[in-house]
Amino acid sequence: MHDADLVVAPGEFFTLLGPSGCGKTTILRMLAGFILPSAGRILFGEQDVTRVPPNRRGTAMVFQNYALFPHLSVFENVAFGLRIRRVSAADLRRRVGEALAQVRLTHLEGRRIDQLSGGQQQRVALARALVVQPNVLLLDEPLSNLDAKLREETRAEIRRIQTAAGITTVYVTHDQAEAMAISDRVAVMSSGQIHQIGTPPEVYYRPATRFVAEFIGKTNLVEGTLVAASGGSGTVDAGDGLRLEVPLDGRPGPGPAAGAQVLLSIRPEAFRVAAPGETRNVFAGTVRRYEFGGAYTEYTIAGGGRDWTVWLPREGLDAYAAGITLRLAVAQVYVVA
Amino acid sequence: MEPAASRPALLRAASPWISYAAVAAVAVALLGYVVLPLLATFREGVRGPHGLTAEQYRAFFSLAHPANLESLRTSLWISILSVLTCGTVGVTLAFLLNRIEFPGRRALEIVSLVPLALPPLIGVYTFVFLYAESGIVPRGLQAIFHLHAAPFALRGLVGVVVVHTFTMYPYFYLAAAAALAGLDPSLEEAAGNLGAGRWHVWTRVILPLLTPALVAGSLLVFMVSMASYTAPLIFGVDRTMTMQIYISRTNGDLTLASVQATILSAVSIGFLVAMRWYQGRRIYRSLSKGTAAARAEVRHPMARALVVSAAALLVLILIAPILVLVLISFSKDATWTVQVLPPVYTLQNYTRLVTDRQTWLPIRNSLDMSTLSTLGDVLLGVAAAYVIARLAIRGKGLLDIAVMLPWALPGTVVGINLITAFNQPSVFSLGRILVGTFWILPLAYFVRGLPLVFRSTSATMAQLDPALEEAAANLGASWWYAFRRVTLPLIGRGVLAGALLAFAQGVGEFVASILIYTPASRPLSVAIYNELYSFQFGTAAAYGVFQVLIVLVVLTIVRGPSRNGTLPMG
Repeated sequence: MHDADLVVAPGEFFTLLGPSGCGKTTILRMLAGFILPSAGRILFGEQDVTRVPPNRRGTAMVFQNYALFPHLSVFENVAFGLRIRRVSAADLRRRVGEALAQVRLTHLEGRRIDQLSGGQQQRVALARALVVQPNVLLLDEPLSNLDAKLREETRAEIRRIQTAAGITTVYVTHDQAEAMAISDRVAVMSSGQIHQIGTPPEVYYRPATRFVAEFIGKTNLVEGTLVAASGGSGTVDAGDGLRLEVPLDGRPGPGPAAGAQVLLSIRPEAFRVAAPGETRNVFAGTVRRYEFGGAYTEYTIAGGGRDWTVWLPREGLDAYAAGITLRLAVAQVYVVA
Repeated sequence: MEPAASRPALLRAASPWISYAAVAAVAVALLGYVVLPLLATFREGVRGPHGLTAEQYRAFFSLAHPANLESLRTSLWISILSVLTCGTVGVTLAFLLNRIEFPGRRALEIVSLVPLALPPLIGVYTFVFLYAESGIVPRGLQAIFHLHAAPFALRGLVGVVVVHTFTMYPYFYLAAAAALAGLDPSLEEAAGNLGAGRWHVWTRVILPLLTPALVAGSLLVFMVSMASYTAPLIFGVDRTMTMQIYISRTNGDLTLASVQATILSAVSIGFLVAMRWYQGRRIYRSLSKGTAAARAEVRHPMARALVVSAAALLVLILIAPILVLVLISFSKDATWTVQVLPPVYTLQNYTRLVTDRQTWLPIRNSLDMSTLSTLGDVLLGVAAAYVIARLAIRGKGLLDIAVMLPWALPGTVVGINLITAFNQPSVFSLGRILVGTFWILPLAYFVRGLPLVFRSTSATMAQLDPALEEAAANLGASWWYAFRRVTLPLIGRGVLAGALLAFAQGVGEFVASILIYTPASRPLSVAIYNELYSFQFGTAAAYGVFQVLIVLVVLTIVRGPSRNGTLPMG
């Protein structure tokens, strides 16, 4: 784990996003108190909890495999934390009932855990965590064991409940689409390092590093030399006769100076077929192959000495066939570094 | 991730002082009652009048006095023969029961595990009653066919190997049956589909997949045969290692007994290490879960008749020991002399068990001592299993070996170890001499039962997701609350199974008992042995039925003797 500095706002839905082994689960387990950081501190509000044992932290975690107690019923699983807190019988009954109602499992409170489906188990785990009214809700890849359709439904459900309860939430996932959909802010990580912290649109449109640009969505990365820079924009020579005008404002830190090597990110949806006579940021390319993707068709287009991934809307049943040459205009470029 | 993740995650979840207390308690107990006694025996063997000496070991291997070497050779020879016979019987039976359908198959499958229910002494003696010189079968055949002498009689080395075959073939049978049941039939179909003939399928697919079961069975049978004491004792084969240790001890030569015990320990520990190593590298697992292969039905009427009668004979042979034990338990003491079957029957043996204080006493002793030792086994066995499964500490491997050590050590050696360690005051006996007191036997049972509780608890512990304990802590549970409300209920079955097995083993224990019992607290097995010696067959058999009942009850509760229900034989 390299140096990492994270501040999560009260009530925020904050996501740690990265490939497996990047350290996101380690951070979550440090927050829960299962792992001691070798250096640094953890604060909940003003309180330093770095040395507080897990059972006195007041966090509630939803584990990747749910970790439901197999010897207890649904009701008793949810009641577990309340019994430790010595909540009175009437209160306990009421709060467990509310928590189960919140995840829509009231009718299953007497069931054994092994009689539940994966999605139901997931909701019991969520209810068990919410019912203790934690300071922080920790979710460790809670959707990874569900099938695709259920995953989207549950995702929306988690967000709905979290917003209603206003609980500060830290969420761990390796699925960037999931992170984009659910989070207020995202920290993108790899190999124990935080690359960028920002809102989903920020990390999508303004990736701070090559890793973020590649990891979030699809993109075309272009290396080139900044040959001219003035005011808010500059010109990049990407080799093979490809010259692109790029914006230099709207990014953090000092802009690169003329002569610097730069990395450009061009998203597949940033292309369009150039109008006749249009010349700014336009190049010619030949379609090599394409795949139908529903809302758009993904083309692989050779031009300017490289292959581009390009999404173009499709009109009717026809696509641009392999071998056809197109003039493409780049509508949006971001200078990563 | 590296520096942070390398910290033991779970040490953090447990309250530190509880972890350290548990580790310390486990380490001290294992040191005091397993490791130091073993070393005490070694030291006894190298102690000379002027410091250390290897004289005793030179004498052991000297060709001038071949008795020792001969007994080592005989022990090895018996063990090799036992492996071969047990392997043949066990694997054949596993194949028959798994691959062929015939009337009586279920019955045979059930009684095939009867040998596991026989405590060591009773197991051997029922064979004497059935097949030895004056046994029921040879005399019966003699009477039926009007022969001058019994047509055969079980004795000597053959007797030992036959008894070993009967009592230990289940080790092979269970391993092979499990392997066969887990063998995905589609593997065979795939081999056939790729053009392999029957012979090829067998030699290239089935046998390689059975290899782990065969190796595990071989090592186990070899180890238990080396440790076997009761069978050589009853069949009068004096020149085995265990018998020599016993004889040296009864002759008062503790030093020689120690040398012999150390050499036998070395062989046994070697096998324990080999077994661990082999289990660590086993790779032949079927990746897909097998559905049971369809059994071929025997259709030809002649073959069918043959198979059915063979199965009936096998069933009879398997349950004969229990039948004869029950029969004799109703016979009047000292009336059965030269007749084929006991001539006079009575209920007295059983009524006396509960009415006569003298007769009841050995049962009471065994129950008391086994209860004590089992309590100790549960405390230490669960603590050790927890420590080894959950705490990231240095030297865990050593703890693991120390706790399994008594499983590899022959009962005779455990007895000698306790004598050499506790025939003088020790810290671990609170400064008292334990030899000759009540406490030495519960201690021996405790040591022998420990691996059973440990293994059974560890097995369930391994299936317990550590995230459950984390979830409990995360919801606010203290270590103790989580242990009581989550861990214990979930490993309870494994603990109970191990405890019951340890208890049953204590009630049936004979090998260490005969070496170190005190007349004031004579255990059940020693009482049986004494009664048999004075021809009180009825009383002895009634005691035996009691032992068998306890084992049967235990095996029924533990359910599935196929899993952990193997009691070490003696």
